[in-house]
Amino acid sequence: MTLTGRVWRFGDDVNTDVIAPGIYMKSPLQELAEHCLESVDASFASSVQSGDIIVSGKNFGMGSSREQAAQVLEHLGVAAVIAPSFGGIFYRNAFNWGLPAIVCAAVNGIEMSQRIEVDLAGGSITNLDSGISVASDAIPDHLMGLIDAGGLVPYLEKKLKD
Amino acid sequence: MGMTMAEKILASHSGRESVSPGEYVTAEIDVMMGNDITFADACRNLVDIGLTSFADPDKVVVCNDHRIPAMTARDAELQTRLREYAAQFGVKYFYDAGVGIEHTVLPEKGHAHPGHLIIGADSHTTTYGALAAAATGMGASELAYSMYKGSNWFQVPETINFVLEGDLAAGVSSKDVMLALLGKHTADKAQYMSIEFTGSGAAAMSVEARMTMSNIGVEMGAKFAMFAADDKTIAYLATRTDAKIEHFGPDADAVYVETHHMDCANLEPQVAFPHNPDNVKSISEVGDVPVQQAFIGSCTNSRTEDLERAAVILRGRKVAPGTRLLVIPSSQEVMMNVTKSGVLNDLVQAGAMIAPPGCGPCGGGSTGVLGAGENGIASTNRNFKGRMGSPDAFNHLASPETVAASAIEGKIADPRKYLN
Repeated sequence: MTLTGRVWRFGDDVNTDVIAPGIYMKSPLQELAEHCLESVDASFASSVQSGDIIVSGKNFGMGSSREQAAQVLEHLGVAAVIAPSFGGIFYRNAFNWGLPAIVCAAVNGIEMSQRIEVDLAGGSITNLDSGISVASDAIPDHLMGLIDAGGLVPYLEKKLKD
Repeated sequence: MGMTMAEKILASHSGRESVSPGEYVTAEIDVMMGNDITFADACRNLVDIGLTSFADPDKVVVCNDHRIPAMTARDAELQTRLREYAAQFGVKYFYDAGVGIEHTVLPEKGHAHPGHLIIGADSHTTTYGALAAAATGMGASELAYSMYKGSNWFQVPETINFVLEGDLAAGVSSKDVMLALLGKHTADKAQYMSIEFTGSGAAAMSVEARMTMSNIGVEMGAKFAMFAADDKTIAYLATRTDAKIEHFGPDADAVYVETHHMDCANLEPQVAFPHNPDNVKSISEVGDVPVQQAFIGSCTNSRTEDLERAAVILRGRKVAPGTRLLVIPSSQEVMMNVTKSGVLNDLVQAGAMIAPPGCGPCGGGSTGVLGAGENGIASTNRNFKGRMGSPDAFNHLASPETVAASAIEGKIADPRKYLN
């Protein structure tokens, strides 16, 4: 599976509470999504487009178990999140919502608004603006199964029908 | 080759003789925990795809703790859904509003045992590592999946060994140890790893003090944050469960990815500055930081011993004008203990506001949040921007003792001067 999209670039340690702020957690998903990442980049929620890809520094999604952090990104149309490392709970939550979380140590050359191509199973990221390709960790098979199904609950539903 | 505690538990729960870091296993889960934020969502996920039962409802524990008592009609209605789902799925261990915070209640009610594999739809589920359980947080969808299947997948983590040595000075407690470790090693040191706390310093800690360490282990990225089960563990659980509790620890030749030694004897009180738990300073480096709110509460640091140590600082003194002190005991059992002992009286006499057992403002969901421009100091676990109220507030993390001393002075203060 290959994805192509425009990059939103963030730094290290982007935590769950700035992705899905606690004071809006009781609100409907649409309203929560309007505040996604607002204290890091106030333009993100209103400007992000379907198919865009987040490229971040280390420890993206550190913190809470709230799966809304993955859910709002998926809701806003983010196609994948790429970082050198992820908060462990967020990492699982992302796949549980059908959002690929891709571990890549070499994100330094990727800048805001560049276009990149991501080969999920093959484990490579190509910067279409610079032409440079870097290796990423291949996504394990059981997690690719979640991506193919669109998340954990759809995966479970599909398994029950089979 | 010997195994760490995490490896032993994942092996025994997946029918294997041994496992090694990096392997994927499907493991049977002993206890699955949900709360008023996550349990109803998990059940709705199952109902939506036609599933109406759990593998074993007696392995499921539900706590209504985050948004209690209900502040809005909508909160109250969400809690009604929670009760309805608990009844529909036959959950026997349902702890409703007022019983306390999940991570205080599960140990108190005897649900977490040495050698258990526990998941909870809350990141601070790592707390049960204090009782030598491999316990970790997951999202609501995975709680749903786990409750239905009774099992889930795990990648066997590497284990990092923190060897704690030396006795803590008066006025310094396990929160300071963990903040110091976070400050030194940063918030992703134990990413995807299990932590074991070992050494004479770990052995000297009470079970409650260990719970504080294991709780904040997740702020270092840890999947599990564990202490070996010793005589203290057995004594803690003796009146809380009928199960036979035994010593449990790593093999003598267990392999650790890293080992770090820490001298606890010379440790000062520690404070985490905005907006990350690893932005830590020793109290002597803090300078003049006024605080409008001091909060002693949360699953991290609001158990009986925590409130007792805060009361020693506050006894016969008053909270500074212009500063408010909020104390939220973390369970009904804690509330009863501090009522009987007179500790609650000391806190109220000093000027503390007391709110009913629950998560309070820690996650931004209930009473006591900070407004724009305010400084807070709290005995909680996370000071992320906007977590406990306004994104323009500034929250600091410290021990209950340091929070108490700061309430007295109206600025971040060293508790040791009140202990003579």
